[in-house]
Amino acid sequence: MGTSISDAAAVKFPLVFGLDTFGDVTHDADDRPLSHAQTIRNLVDEGVLADQLDVDFFGIGEHHTDDFPLSAADVVLAAIAARTKRIHVGSAVTVLSSDDPVRVFQRYSTLNAISNGRAEVILGRGSSIDSFPLFGYDLADYEELFEEKVNLFAELLKGGPVTWKGNTRAALHNQDVVPHTEFGPFPTWIGVGGSPQSVVRAAHYGFSLMLAIIGGSPARFAPFARLFHQALKSFGRDPLPVGVHSPGHVAETDEQAREEFWPRYLQVITHVAETRGFAIPTKESFMYEVGPRGALFVGSPETVAQKIAATLPALGANRFDLKYGMGGLSHETVMKNIELYGTQVIPRVRELLK
Amino acid sequence: MNRIGVIGAGHVGPVIARLALDAGYGVAIAGSGSPEKIALVTQIVIPGAEPRWTADAVAGADLVVLAIPLHKFAAFDPALVAGKVVVDAMNYWPATDGVEAAFEDRRYSSSEIVQRRLAQSIVVKTLNHIGYQDLEDARRPAGSPDRRAIGVAADDLHAAAAVAEVIDRIGFDAVRLDSLSAGRLLEPAGPVFGALLGRSEFERMLSAKAA
Repeated sequence: MGTSISDAAAVKFPLVFGLDTFGDVTHDADDRPLSHAQTIRNLVDEGVLADQLDVDFFGIGEHHTDDFPLSAADVVLAAIAARTKRIHVGSAVTVLSSDDPVRVFQRYSTLNAISNGRAEVILGRGSSIDSFPLFGYDLADYEELFEEKVNLFAELLKGGPVTWKGNTRAALHNQDVVPHTEFGPFPTWIGVGGSPQSVVRAAHYGFSLMLAIIGGSPARFAPFARLFHQALKSFGRDPLPVGVHSPGHVAETDEQAREEFWPRYLQVITHVAETRGFAIPTKESFMYEVGPRGALFVGSPETVAQKIAATLPALGANRFDLKYGMGGLSHETVMKNIELYGTQVIPRVRELLK
Repeated sequence: MNRIGVIGAGHVGPVIARLALDAGYGVAIAGSGSPEKIALVTQIVIPGAEPRWTADAVAGADLVVLAIPLHKFAAFDPALVAGKVVVDAMNYWPATDGVEAAFEDRRYSSSEIVQRRLAQSIVVKTLNHIGYQDLEDARRPAGSPDRRAIGVAADDLHAAAAVAEVIDRIGFDAVRLDSLSAGRLLEPAGPVFGALLGRSEFERMLSAKAA
């Protein structure tokens, strides 16, 4: 069954390394939470540092809670874009089902203009559902909302006047939607957590595949990458990149990374356990996830690099986005993580995969 | 028991189908539409399973696994599974999936409400409380020291025994709960939901909560 992956790997996409954040509120030296405003200003500095260290992508996942006050990711990304020249900036993810595809297109097309063509969008559900009640959507309609809105978003990306009709927003008749993109459609991905039919949908629209691997063995996603490549083929499309998004934390040593990350991870997961259906982690389950068969990329630069270098080929993927930070870590700790990721992890993975 | 029909080709259905195939069962799987719609998914992600219309997946099955989103259950035709033993792998989980009026009556476990609607079937609650992302990795042969437990709640003793055998064959210790009503211990926010526990710890969590 490994044949499809080797087929796809024959088309080599360049390796891409990103950093994603959900805007987790950081704490000060006395372990008190910083204000939302300061968290957001720090986030801009984190994006700028990532650019200076040659990280390829900086992504912000839309959230709407006190712990993750990043409801307007595109505004923060625009600030980062204005202070950088190289790094790509994008959502990770945009909760399209509870948004208006026309507005999402307009905001990211504007970001694309500000950044000289460095904008990307990852569409998905995300694992938080706060935007549904906030904007008056019913979670039971999730599938129809996503299906229709992805369809409209794909139409908008083509450029030119759009004619579209559906049940979830007003119809469009030969509507010019601005700003026009300068260099054609910006890269769009669909974030997939575990539904094979979402993989097929990404292929259907010609969007790239971002595998959100936040628990369990990364290797179990290999069939999804094969499915994506086969589905692209069956739709008569050219191969497209596959990325992996996983949480983690990098410090000087394995022990330090675990000691910094574990108490915050325990606290955050415990807090969201009931609404997300996560079990409360134990030290044992944490160590399993940190190990080679788990989904947490926590450790020294060498440990994390080895794990990324093992994961990408196993999944036929060419991109890895580390979801860094965890509510309660300090801004300084998080900056150190970014520094080690940029200066040590990325070069080491490139070396290992040469 | 030789053939299992899985209804639902979303997050959960394909994982259960794969486990059943690995354990030597014949497996047919149905999505919300035609077999063609899930043919590619089946071929790549569940090789060996047969994509079918729901009625056909059920027809040849000794056991049916219902793994559709619970909000779609109201539109599910009970006649499709009449006369069958039906595993209810669904969860009522309002914090994550939204509120469903039919499942808001907290005098009953969600599987009792499912049973009431599937009056011509025998409902067994199981395979709902371990995350689909953990099911494959957590499988172990019988007798392994780190084998995990899965709860099986049913009113019908024969159906419970048959399903417990399936759970054992796919790689877990089956822990029997003596009624569908007791199945509420397996629900979201219950003592074992989302956790990976060995038999003794699983039983301890259940009895601590029940006491």
